[in-house]
Amino acid sequence: MSIDMSQFHQVFFEECFEGLESMESGLLNLDTGAIDSEVINTIFRGAHSIKGGSGTFGFTDVADFTHIMETLLDEMRDGRRQVTQPAIDVLLGSVDCLRTMLTSIQAEESVDSAAVEKYKTALEIELTGSASEPSTTTPTAATQPAHDNAETVVVVADEDMVEEKGWKIGFCPYLDLLKTGNDPVRMFRELAELGEYSVSVNTNDIPPFSKLDPEECNLSWALEVIGDIPESEIREIFNWVEGDCELDIQSFTKKTAKPASEAKITEPEAPPPVQEIEQPKPAPIAAKAVDSPSAPKPQAAQADNDPSKASAKSAASNSIRVDTTKIDTLINMVGEVVITQSMLSLIGENFTMDKLAQLKRGLAQLERHIRDMQQSVMNIRMVPISFVFSRFPRLVHDISTKLGKKIELKLVGESTEVDKAVVELISDPLVHLIRNSLDHGIEMPAERIAAGKPETGTIELNAYHRGGHIVIEIIDNGRGLNKAKLIAKAVEKGLLDENAVLGDKQAFELIFMPGFSTAESITDISGRGVGMDVVRRNIQSLGGNIEIISELGKGTTISIHLPLTLAIIDGQSVAVGDEIYIVPLVSIKESINITESMLNKIAGKGETYRLRNLYIPIIRMHEIFNVQPTDKANTGEGVIVVVERQGVLCGLFVDELLGPQQVVVKSLETNYRRVQGVSGATILGDGSVALILDIPGLVRYSNR
Amino acid sequence: MSEELKTKGDNQNRHNKEQVNGVQYLSFTLANEEYGVDILRVQEIRSWEPVSRIPNVPHYEKGVVNLRGSIVPIIDLREKLGIKFTEYTPLTVVVVLQTSDEKKTRTMGVVVDSVSDVITLDKTKIQDAPDFGAKISNEFINGLVSLNDRMVILLDVDKLLKLEETEEQDAGDN
Repeated sequence: MSIDMSQFHQVFFEECFEGLESMESGLLNLDTGAIDSEVINTIFRGAHSIKGGSGTFGFTDVADFTHIMETLLDEMRDGRRQVTQPAIDVLLGSVDCLRTMLTSIQAEESVDSAAVEKYKTALEIELTGSASEPSTTTPTAATQPAHDNAETVVVVADEDMVEEKGWKIGFCPYLDLLKTGNDPVRMFRELAELGEYSVSVNTNDIPPFSKLDPEECNLSWALEVIGDIPESEIREIFNWVEGDCELDIQSFTKKTAKPASEAKITEPEAPPPVQEIEQPKPAPIAAKAVDSPSAPKPQAAQADNDPSKASAKSAASNSIRVDTTKIDTLINMVGEVVITQSMLSLIGENFTMDKLAQLKRGLAQLERHIRDMQQSVMNIRMVPISFVFSRFPRLVHDISTKLGKKIELKLVGESTEVDKAVVELISDPLVHLIRNSLDHGIEMPAERIAAGKPETGTIELNAYHRGGHIVIEIIDNGRGLNKAKLIAKAVEKGLLDENAVLGDKQAFELIFMPGFSTAESITDISGRGVGMDVVRRNIQSLGGNIEIISELGKGTTISIHLPLTLAIIDGQSVAVGDEIYIVPLVSIKESINITESMLNKIAGKGETYRLRNLYIPIIRMHEIFNVQPTDKANTGEGVIVVVERQGVLCGLFVDELLGPQQVVVKSLETNYRRVQGVSGATILGDGSVALILDIPGLVRYSNR
Repeated sequence: MSEELKTKGDNQNRHNKEQVNGVQYLSFTLANEEYGVDILRVQEIRSWEPVSRIPNVPHYEKGVVNLRGSIVPIIDLREKLGIKFTEYTPLTVVVVLQTSDEKKTRTMGVVVDSVSDVITLDKTKIQDAPDFGAKISNEFINGLVSLNDRMVILLDVDKLLKLEETEEQDAGDN
C-alpha cells in the first residue's frame, strides 16, 4: 500500500519556510556578538527538521545540503567551533540557497544546481577549514574571498618591498593534546621543512613536580618560520590538532613594521584554522577585495529570491496558521452552543407558558454564545504583524553591510494583530520604505559623528492599534528631509511652480510625486524616483494613508495608517458615572485606589497626584466627558488609572475598574465621525456600546 | 388596429407619469407636527433603547447604539430642529435612515415621537418651503405638502443628518 506523499507537500514547504525564517533570525541574532547556545539550538533544530522532512519526501538535494549545514551547526553547538562572522555569512547564504531550492521544488521547476554547488563548496570549505585551494575564480562565499585576500596581502607586500617574509605562530596546546596521539615535535619538524625556523618554549605553566601528570602537555611554544609560505601549508600542519590547542598564526615581514602590521592576520581567540577568514580587513586593498564580492552576494541571492518568494507566498496565501488557543476557544464555544441548543429543544418539546422565562434565558444565552463565536472566527483571521516585521532584520543587515553604514533596527509592537489580508499587502510598501530609510535616511558613520550623533543609526519599526486603525511607523534618526532641496528639485523637474510657497507638510508630500527623487546618485537600492508614489498608491488602495514628519538633521518618521475593522485589543473597562469606557491595556501602567484628599491642586485648577516621587497630572474623566458623577464620585473615592503617553505619565480619575477584556474595535467613523479622546467603540457582552479611549488624544484634549 | 395600439400606449404613458410623479414618504410626528422623509432612505424602525453617550458633541447627538454589530449614532430630531425636548417613553421611536454625502453612505437613527403612515405624494404638489427669514432655518426642509388638509413637512435627509465636522484638532498628531 502506498501513500500519496504529495498531499503533505504543502505542509512540508510551509514548515520548511518557517524553519528557514527561524534559522535566519537566529543567525542574525548571533552576529550581535554574544553567543547564545539556545539560539544555536534553534537554528540547529530548524536545519534538522528540514533535513528530516526533505529526506522523507525524497528531496535528497535538500537533505544533502542541509546535512552539511547541520554538521557545521552541530560543531558550533558543541562548542568545538567558534561562531565567526564568515561562518554566519556562509550559513545565511545557505539559508537563502535552501529557500531558492525549496521554492523551485515547490513550483516543480528544476533546481539551479550551480548555485547550490557554490554554497555547498563554501560550506564544505568552512567545515573542513582547509581553504587550501580556491576552487573558483569568482568567490562564492565569504570563505574564498578571504582566502584570496590572504594571497593579495602577500602580493601587496611583494610589490612594496623585498623583505623576508614569514609567519609567527603561537602554539598553545590544551592539556590533553598528547592523549590524542599528536606529537608537537613531529609538527615542528614538518615546519622546519618549509623554511628557516626558530622555536622558543614557554615552561611557565608546568606545575610542581608532585602534581605533574606525564600524560599532560603543559608546554606552549612560540615559533617563527621564515620564507614565502602560503598560509594554508602552515595550517595543514596544525590541521590535526585544531580542536586541541590555541593557535595564533600571524604573517610578518622583517625590517619594515608597517606592512607587517597591515598584513597581519590576527586571531585573538579563534583556535580552528578556519578562522583565518575572519580577518577580511588587513590591508585596505585586501579589504576591498573581500568586501565587494562577498557582500553583494547574499543581496543578489535575495533579489533572486524575491520573485519566487512572491509566487510561493501567493500559493500559500490560501492557508493560514492559527494559534491553537484560538481554535480551542472556538471549539469551546461550539460546545456551549450545542449545549444551549439542546436545552432549548428540551424546553420546546413540552412547552407550557410557565417555561417562558426559561426560554427567554436560553435564547439570550444562545445569542451571546453566537456573538462570541463570531468574534472568535474573526479573531482567526488576525495574525501578528511580526509576520511582516520578521524579514526586516535580514534586510537591514544585508543593506547596511553593503552600504557600510551602522544601523540598528528596533522592532516594537510585533505582536499587534492585523488582518491577514493587510499583512500580505503591506509588506512590499514597508520594504520599500525601509530601504529608503537605510539608503537616504541614515548617514554614513563618519557623517553621523561629524553631526554629533551616535555612530550607529537606528531605525524603529513600530506598530500599534489606534481606533479602527493600525498604525505602522518607521522612525529613523538620520538626516531628515531637506525641505529646500525638495522644493528646488521639484521646480527643476517642472513639478512645481517656481514661486510656490509650501509648508513643511506640503513639501514632504512632494516625495510622493511620480518621478521625484533627490538622490544624487542612483543606486540599486533606491533613487530612481519610482516607488514612493507606488507606495502611497498601494497604501491608499488598502484604504489607508501615509504621512511624513521630518526634521532636518534629526530624522524622519513615516507613519502609515491602515483601517482595521477587525482589530481586537486588550482593554480594561472602567466605570465613569453610568458610562463604561475601555482603556487600552497597553497604555496602562498601574491603577491606584485613592480618595480625593490625596490630590493636590495647582492654581486651584490643575490637579496632581504624587505617585511615589513623581507628581502626575490628573484627568477627571467625568469632567472631561461631561458625565453625571455618581454618588461614589461625590464621596471623593475613585481609582486612578495611570497611563503612559510617549513616556509621560498621566492619571485618569475614574469611579471604578470593571475588569480586563478583549474587545473588537469598531470604527466610530463609519456612520459617525471622529470624536476627541475616543479612538473607537466596541460592543460589550450585553450588546451595549462602550467607547475606547484614545489616550494621547485625551491628554491633548485635556490640555486645552 | 394602429389606433388601438396608440390608446394603449397613451394609457401606459399616463400610468408612467403617475409613477414618475408619485413618491412615497414615511410620515412621523414631532410635537403634533407632521414630518415626512423619503421612504427609500428608511432602513428600519426601532423602539428607543438607551444609548451610549458620546462626550462633548452637540446636545442633539444623543449617542451611539449597536445595530447588529455596527455602531450607529442616534440624533434627537426634536432637539435638532429646536423643538422642546420631551422625555422618552416606550412609544418613542427611532427611525434608522441612510444618508450620503460626497464621501460615503452612513446609517443613522433619528428619534421621533411616533411614526404615522406611509404616504404617496404627487411630486408636482410639493410646494417649496416659504422663507421664514431668520426665525426658522429652512435648510433641512425639502418642501411642504398638504395631505387631507394636514400640512406635512418634507425633510431632506442628507442635509438634516449632515454632521458638523469638528475641526481636526489633532492634525499635528498624525
